[in-house]
Formats: sequence, structure tokens, C-alpha cells
Amino acid sequence: MLIKNVMKDNVLVHVEHLTRSYGDVKAVDGISFILHTGEILGFLGPNGAGKSTTMRMLAGVLAPDTGRIVINGADLLDQPQQAKQAIGYLPERLPLYRELTVDEQLHYSARLHGLDRITCRQSLDIAKERCGLTNVGRRLIGNLSKGYQQRVGLAQALLHDPPVLILDEPTVGLDPNQLREIRELIRMLGQDRGVILSTHLLSEAQATCTHVQIMRAGRLVYAGALTDLEQQRQSAQLRIGLKLPPPTANLAQLPGVLQVEALGDGRFRLYHSPGAALHRTLLEHACTEGWDLWEMTPEHAGLEQIFVDLTLGERLV
Amino acid sequence: MILIIAAQDLRRLFLSPLAWALLAMAQGLLAWVFLVLVDDFQNLQDRLGLLDNAPGITDLVAAPLLRVTAWVLLLLTPLLTMRLLSEERRSGSLDLLLSAPATPVAIILGKYLGVLLFLLVMIMMAALMPLTLMIGAPLDLGKLLAGLLGLCLLAGGFAAVGLYLSALTTQPMLAGVATFGLLLLLWIIDVPRIDQQQANSLLSYLSLSRHYDALLLGWFDSTDVVYYLLFIATFLGLTIRRLDDLRLRS
Repeated sequence: MLIKNVMKDNVLVHVEHLTRSYGDVKAVDGISFILHTGEILGFLGPNGAGKSTTMRMLAGVLAPDTGRIVINGADLLDQPQQAKQAIGYLPERLPLYRELTVDEQLHYSARLHGLDRITCRQSLDIAKERCGLTNVGRRLIGNLSKGYQQRVGLAQALLHDPPVLILDEPTVGLDPNQLREIRELIRMLGQDRGVILSTHLLSEAQATCTHVQIMRAGRLVYAGALTDLEQQRQSAQLRIGLKLPPPTANLAQLPGVLQVEALGDGRFRLYHSPGAALHRTLLEHACTEGWDLWEMTPEHAGLEQIFVDLTLGERLV
Repeated sequence: MILIIAAQDLRRLFLSPLAWALLAMAQGLLAWVFLVLVDDFQNLQDRLGLLDNAPGITDLVAAPLLRVTAWVLLLLTPLLTMRLLSEERRSGSLDLLLSAPATPVAIILGKYLGVLLFLLVMIMMAALMPLTLMIGAPLDLGKLLAGLLGLCLLAGGFAAVGLYLSALTTQPMLAGVATFGLLLLLWIIDVPRIDQQQANSLLSYLSLSRHYDALLLGWFDSTDVVYYLLFIATFLGLTIRRLDDLRLRS
């Protein structure tokens, strides 16, 4: 009954009190969360926070000490084959055979996931096209660059069209163009699937994810939608450049400004409350009082600050 | 699923020059032994004719050749099996198998079958040589088949030990050396003692070579066959347990 309800609500992954130790070290300590269809969940955290361990457990590569994982309605421990069929997993270390060609590797992986020969061809073509591998199908994986190998790994995870994608640092080793393409692809895939990806880059989470979870020392210290996290900021920042700047005190008196930091050369950093439409006030004043505004840039340092605070443990949510 | 994994492993073996080199080496060595044996047999033939109940060509050529083949397999199997699981663990490609909907049993049996098929190719190539004697000489096929069955079972045992030891470490070299050491120990465990009283029947029962010798002589005893099957099953079982352990503890 429970499983049926779970299906109805589009819950793809249900994790309860997951714990895992390596010897005396608790790598993951009582994590619980839920992933729905259409969500892209970013696992954030410093190195060694337990992101990879959690993902390995979700993929069934590592058995948890305690806890329960239900994937697409199937318990990973009781019905492992069924649950694993619903997962596409891209580990941190790519599970590729260097001596095979891209086509051979993908074919093998597709067959392992129970695809027959005919559907194999089709899914191979689709996955290769999605990941931009159409032209390298006959090349040896060992001879490909890291970025292409990463794409092969990603194509391998997509092959059998799983409803849940578990991607451990999917954009490592990609150049900026590839990075944009892959992020676009992940966003596209996330529309009708559930995606869990880990990263230690905050900007990556901002660019791709709908939800974020921040881990520290095996525990979840923050979980929520990305937009919520942005609202957590106590102040936003605006960097401005003025040709004819007024005294700093004048800027500080603008409505909504909390603090002004002079950067020299006519540049200032204004800290303001997140809700205030400071840019408009600023423009009006710049025009009427002739400050000659030539630069205005919103800064996102506040989000990073939250991340740093959370992961260093100065502020607990 | 087992067949998919086995086929893939076999294909990857043949992609590496190592497999071809091993096949060529085995074939070269055995061809030389075969030539020497046939030559000896021709020289002895006149005198053999005078004996009652003289040993035939199967006893004098085929059986010794199969005995040497067993030695060659003992040397080469560790080289083939050492990378099976250790390399996959080291490179991380084992994760593909572990995260795929394949049971640990299917993974291990697939890997085992893959390397066993390769060894069977090697044995078949060796068996072709005595079979060519059929053109000009009466061959005791029953004896030959018993010997070949023994050889296949022996190779199965070697491969099972190799697979298990390659699951224990992430260093292929270490797995290879350990496999060779253990196989050699089991091969000579019933080494003839000076004091015959000390000869232990348990040790000689454990010996891999004794059961093989019996089959080579054409004595098809089900205990020998069961011994090998139990031997293989034990090591495969241990390997499957080890794979489960890796998920639980590593």
C-alpha cells in the first residue's frame, strides 16, 4: 500500500535514515530525503562530506549499514534487480574499459541492463546523439580525451532510459562549451525524470539544480529548493561604478542600503536587503544627481557565504 | 545475463595481445613435446611389438602430452585470471556491473565462464594434435576423452582459484603470484615421502594432480569428477561471498 501511494505522488527515490561507516569513521550519518519526478537535486558539500558514499549506496554499489532506499517503488535491498533497472549511475571514477570502442562499451552496458539487440541499436543512437558522441563511436575509449570519456560515462547512464539518474560529479574535466551542453542536457533530462548530482561547485548547482542538499561530515545540514536558499541570504550585493561619486555617506542613506564598501576608483559595493529594488532607486538618484553611473553588477557572494557557513558549521539550519 | 558477461570478458581477452601470446606459447610448447613423443614412439615401436599387452600410442603419446598440458595450464592460468576482478576493482569498472541489474552470482559465473571458455580453446588446440594421429594409428578414444575431461576439470579448478584470489586484492600481480603459489601447493601437496608410513591419505586426496592422473590412465571414477566439481564450487562460492563482502565492508 505504501509503495502505491509513493508512486502516486511521483516519488522516485525515498531514502530513510541512511548510515554507513568505514571502520570507525561515519561517512554517512542518518540521511533521509525524497526525490520527485522533475527534480534535479544537487548534492553539495566539501570533499569528504559523504556525497560519493551516499551516491554509491543509492546506486547499489555499496550496502548501507542501516536505513532504507526505495527507488521507483522497489526496495533496493529486497528487490535489487528491479530497483537497479530504474537507475542510471555515473560514478566518480568512470566505469569504462579502455580497450573497447565507444560503441562496444555502450552496447555491453545496454545488454547488461536487459535491452535486446534491436532496442539496443536505437537507444545507442539516441544516447550518443544526446551526449555528442555520434562521430566517435568507433574510437577506442582509452584514446579519447577526459571530456569525451566523461560523455561516454554519461551516455552509459542514460542508455536504458532510467527514471532516476545518479550522477557523481558529471561535469569534471569538461571544457566550458561542453560544460554548457551537458548542463543543458541534464536540465532537459530532469524534466521528466529525477536527477541526483553531486558537485562541490556552487555555481554548478545554481546553473542546473532545482533543489540542493548540503552535506557536512556525513550529515545533511541544508535541504530545500534552490530559490529558498537564495532567500536565505541576509543581504544581497550590488557593485557599482560612478564617474562622479558622491560622498559614501550619501550612498549609505539610500533606502534599502545596509552598508557601503568603497572599493576605490569610483567603485562601491552596496549591501542591501534582498527584497529592495535598489537598482531602480540607484538609477533615479544617479540621473537626478549626475553621478554618471557606468557599471552596475549584482553579486552572488551571499549564496557562497551561506555555503561556507553551513559547511564550516558556523551556522546550523 | 551470465552469457552477456562471459561473452564480453572473452571478447576483451582476445582484444589483448596477452591472450594471443599465451595461446601461441602454449601451442608452441606442446607441439614440441608432441613431436618428441611421437619420435620416441616410432623408435620404440619395433620393441613394443614383442611385448604382450604393450602400451599403445594413446598411453605413450596422448597421455604424456595431456600431462604436460596440465603443467602448461598451471603456469598460464594465473596470468589469465589475475586481472579478472582485481583490475576491474582498481579501475572502477566493477561499478558498472554492481550497479547493473545483475546478481552477484551472475557476475561471478559470467566472469568464470568467460575465462573458462578461453582455457577450453587452449585445451582444444592441444587436443587436436593427438587427434591427428587417428589418420594413421588406432587411438583409444575412451582413454583420450577421459584424459581431456580431466584436463577440462583441472582447468576449471585452476580458473576458480584464480578468480577467487583476484577478488581478494586490487593488485593483479599479487593475485597472479598468489594463484600460482596456491595451485602449485595443491598440485604437489602429496609429494612422495621418504617414509612411506607418513603418507597421509587426506593430503593425497586434496592433491589436484592425483585425481588427474587417475583420469589420464583411463580410470573414470566419479569420485575424481566430484572432487573437481566440489573444488570449483567451493572457490566460486567463496568468490561470490567476497563480492557481497565488498559491498558491505569496503
